[in-house]
Amino acid sequence: MIQIENLHKSYVMGHNSLHVLKGLELGIEEGEFVSIMGSSGSGKSTLLNILGILDDYDKGTYYLGGKLIQGLNETKAAMTRNKMIGFIFQSFNLISFKNAMENVALPLYYQKVSRKRRNQIALEYLDRLGLKDWAHHLPSELSGGQKQRVAIARALISQPQIILADEPTGALDSTTSFEVMEILKEINDQGKTVIIVTHEHDIAAMTKKIIRLKDGVIEEVIKNGELQLFKDRVRTE
Amino acid sequence: MFDIDRWNEIWNALAKNKVRSLLTAFGVFWGIFMLIVMAGSGKGLQNGVSEGIAKFAANSAFFWAEQTSEPYKGFKRGRNWHMDSEDLQYLRDKIPEIEYITPKNFTGRWGNGSNVIRGKKNGSFNVKGDYPDYVKIDPATVLKGRWINDLDIRDKRKVCVIGEKVFESLFDPKEDPLGQYLKISGVYYQVVGLIRAETQININGRTEESISLPFTTMLQTYNMGNQVHFLAITAKKGVPVSVVEDKVKEFIKKKHSIAPTDMQALNSVNIEKEFKQMSGLFLGIQILTWIVGIGTLMAGVIGVSNIMLVIIKERTKEIGVQRAIGATPRTIIGQIMLESVVLTTVAGYIGLSMGVGLLELVNRIIENAPTKSGDRAFFAHPEVSLTVAVSALIILIIAGLFAGMIPASRAIQIKPIDALREE
Ligand SMILES: Nc1ncnc2c1ncn2[C@@H]1O[C@H](COP(=O)(O)OP(=O)(O)OP(=O)(O)O)[C@@H](O)[C@H]1O
Ligand SMILES: [Mg+2]
Repeated sequence: MIQIENLHKSYVMGHNSLHVLKGLELGIEEGEFVSIMGSSGSGKSTLLNILGILDDYDKGTYYLGGKLIQGLNETKAAMTRNKMIGFIFQSFNLISFKNAMENVALPLYYQKVSRKRRNQIALEYLDRLGLKDWAHHLPSELSGGQKQRVAIARALISQPQIILADEPTGALDSTTSFEVMEILKEINDQGKTVIIVTHEHDIAAMTKKIIRLKDGVIEEVIKNGELQLFKDRVRTE
Repeated sequence: MFDIDRWNEIWNALAKNKVRSLLTAFGVFWGIFMLIVMAGSGKGLQNGVSEGIAKFAANSAFFWAEQTSEPYKGFKRGRNWHMDSEDLQYLRDKIPEIEYITPKNFTGRWGNGSNVIRGKKNGSFNVKGDYPDYVKIDPATVLKGRWINDLDIRDKRKVCVIGEKVFESLFDPKEDPLGQYLKISGVYYQVVGLIRAETQININGRTEESISLPFTTMLQTYNMGNQVHFLAITAKKGVPVSVVEDKVKEFIKKKHSIAPTDMQALNSVNIEKEFKQMSGLFLGIQILTWIVGIGTLMAGVIGVSNIMLVIIKERTKEIGVQRAIGATPRTIIGQIMLESVVLTTVAGYIGLSMGVGLLELVNRIIENAPTKSGDRAFFAHPEVSLTVAVSALIILIIAGLFAGMIPASRAIQIKPIDALREE
């Protein structure tokens, strides 16, 4: 699904250049449930943005679903994002003047699906996430967990192959966080590739694979079977 | 295009900044409002002036004598001379292009009224000597009685035709002036007609304040011999009046021993020429109107562009989200341009309607005002043509597109990730 080789990314600010990703190698198969961890500033968001074609990179190759993602123009990038990727943000990023249903339906608007049809689909997704009764509420009338579930519905509606989530539980309390993770797990069980960035070990422990970033490269990959070991280790740390 | 979401977007974007939207929209509103009002007023002025002189035979010219300015055939310069009754037949014979030719005389030169008495009432009015044909050149409506006729001329009858102001000053409103007598400079004349001028051209005083006597009667009672003070001529159909004007001057000068090169001795006004000059003036007014109007409009449009820019800045994050979930640059640009067009067009349309409404109101006030001849202002039917209105709207839409262009390109210049990071 994702094949990355020798990925470099620097941020240039005036005369200074900050080399964030330094020849990163990464492969993620279809249907995986991966969390990316690492200390603050290690480049987790940078990597996720590149994966989501929200940002470009300087050197190396990135294949998404067998297609080389490099130097796409903004129209192509937008279309690829729309079709292949669903985003979930830490701060939800719902559009404040649209109600829940309209927010969820938005990706289909860009696919030129008729209003009636896309609102109907949006309602189905909201129903699946237990938010049917909130469909006509504005984001400001929803709790954090509800907002994130709306955002998840929005990420799912265009039936992407990959869900990318940058600290999806970062703004939620632990109970709500676990609920959200349960939903993501279900999505993954239905065959979608899910990649999340997180700081919290117990959140990461709910995924099937943990990638630890350090100094711009992958320091460690912890697979499913070793997770228990990892959990014990962080407890003693 | 007609997706309700799009209009929702627009409505929300504009409604979120109500005050600013209103203020900017006001700029456009004012621009188009001014444009319409100015264009309409210009047109009203034109209509008014045109109506004032339109009924006046456009192919007419007028002549009157001045002092000579060149010595000729033994005469010194500065000679006082005058046209005479014989000139009329002479010109008719020499210039077949003449349609009507009528003399007109005045008591007291140029506008000094004569004292007119009727019983205890009296007033000072212009007294003119006229010919029956004169109303074919400068039409008048006969309100009561009749205009001067051929018998009056032949018999030098002591009759007169009066204007409305004369009637008002010398008669009670319900009185019938016909058959009554007026004493003008000591001589009694019977009133045979009451007229109202149809034009705004006043020769030697306003028609409403004038009394017309038969031309021949005036020559006799005022001892004018066979002098002619003023000559009105129309050219036959298809002949430019300038041609006739030149010929008249040529023959009159020859007959009265005036140097052919003397440009002052015989003065004239050519209505055709005046018309042309006025058309030029109105064209000038129109051009000025459009320059000023479009300038004002441009200021409004720049305001719209500015507010759009501010809106875009405030919505960077939102636009970032939209792009992350698949809005293409085209979608974003289309949306912003449409917002801009909607703002300018709606504001402009309101300005257009209110401008037209104001003109309509003024029009109604003018039309309902009691019109007495002469009181009429040089202003009638202020209006904007459909072409003006439609072109103004087209200009607005194009201007709206331009106003949206800068903010739209600004919106997509930002990378989606930078837009998302915006807090
Ligand atoms: N647009 C940018 N311009 C300049 N520097 C940037 C930019 N974005 C990130 N950086 C820098 O790059 C480094 C990596 O940032 P990144 O956001 O990927 O870290 P992160 O691992 O997500 O950190 P956190 O856990 O705090 O979210 C940081 O030092 C950050 O300051
Ligand atoms: Mg981060």
